[in-house]
Amino acid sequence: MTSYSELTPVNIVTGFLGSGKTTLLQRLLRTRELSDVAVLVNEFGEVGLDHHLLQGVAESTLLLENGCLCCAIRGDLQKALRDLLSRRTRGDVPHFRRVVIETSGLADPAPIAYTLLSEAVLRHHFRLSGIITTVDAVNGAAQLDAFPEAVKQASMADRIVVTKIDLSNAPAIAALRKRLRALNVSAQFVESSEISGEVHRLLTDDIYDADGKFREASHWTAEEVDEHGSHEHTADVQSFAAIFDRPLDWTAFGVWASMLLHRHGADVLRLKGLLNVAGVPTPVLINGVQHIVHPPSHLEKWPDSDRRSRLIFIVRGLKRARIERSLAIFNDLVNAPPSSALPRESAEPVRSRVL
Amino acid sequence: MCALCGILGGKGHWSDSASAPAVFAGRAEPQTRLRERQDRTRILNAVLQDHGVVVKDWSGNAYLLTSRTGRTAIVDTVGEIWTAAERIGGRTCDPLDEKYLSALANRQAEREQHDKL
Repeated sequence: MTSYSELTPVNIVTGFLGSGKTTLLQRLLRTRELSDVAVLVNEFGEVGLDHHLLQGVAESTLLLENGCLCCAIRGDLQKALRDLLSRRTRGDVPHFRRVVIETSGLADPAPIAYTLLSEAVLRHHFRLSGIITTVDAVNGAAQLDAFPEAVKQASMADRIVVTKIDLSNAPAIAALRKRLRALNVSAQFVESSEISGEVHRLLTDDIYDADGKFREASHWTAEEVDEHGSHEHTADVQSFAAIFDRPLDWTAFGVWASMLLHRHGADVLRLKGLLNVAGVPTPVLINGVQHIVHPPSHLEKWPDSDRRSRLIFIVRGLKRARIERSLAIFNDLVNAPPSSALPRESAEPVRSRVL
Repeated sequence: MCALCGILGGKGHWSDSASAPAVFAGRAEPQTRLRERQDRTRILNAVLQDHGVVVKDWSGNAYLLTSRTGRTAIVDTVGEIWTAAERIGGRTCDPLDEKYLSALANRQAEREQHDKL
């Protein structure tokens, strides 16, 4: 059976209209390390993309029974990826080891991620790698103000590439960066003018890549992540790191996270965690997009001497304190007795214990 | 498929540690799949007590949910439990509901108090 890390990684390159997605992609695809990448594009923009494995897809979305927009299968993508897979198997196209999907400027990345992670055939062949979002240094702030699509694209990103740096100025870029940081505390920030050297890592680093997972996780444990308590809200979206001192019980955590995402998945844009799991010596990494969580990964060693669990949430309208209290209570249920032996509910509330 | 009962292998869930053996390989006390299901079932019963739903592991392959009124549901994974529990128990499953959390914390505190005595 193929392990999750062996599945073909798929990157989503997204960003608002005119934010420089194709220009970035052009630059990435010129590197030797990304010579075996298949590219799916939602629309052919003004900047031409010359690539031997380029295919267009027309956006169409199949809403599932529960009607949740983030849990919609992108029918176009389903067909395009299945077709690509079939052609690769038959040898009709050069063998590719990665797929990049360039979305349209107004696309919501969530259904794309959902399609990859849940579609019956695709989930056995592809896995979601990083989501890269381009943000225009000149128009980015106004777009965040006016368009919820821009907020969602930035919130869901693993990497935010700020483009058109040369057309903006340092204070405006700093203000934009601060705002984006409040939206997405765990993303790696890159200014397009700084991109050099190992450019391919923008796509290849993720927590399932043996070479890149340590670098990827380092963005989740950066000092500013721990210290960040976001007070700036954009469209009610905020991100924060919940820190837990005591090791987490994996089974209780799984029950809690599953219940949380069942009820609030639409409002949990991203969930990332570097966890100290009871009984496990190495840190366990989890990574989720709305209702879907990837299989866990791990690091071979802790990044530093800090052994606390860090759970990074990018949420819409959910309260940090309530989330922390809830997980703390669930973690205490590890030694819960069978239901028949549970005492009856007391009327007196008690304070939850801090982990 | 089980050769004795003909049950097809159940669907996996990201929280099954068996789905990522390398991640949990260094465990001080290795945990079997059935032991993990047993622990999960116990936690689920504590979590769903207020919903009047009892969960049983069904052949190590699925979960059988039963409500106080005798309604039942069988689901494959922990991820599917919540929709089924809401349907047969008639109450939403929300781990951020303050009343629900207080009740859960109260019971846990009572149990710990009971254990001390």
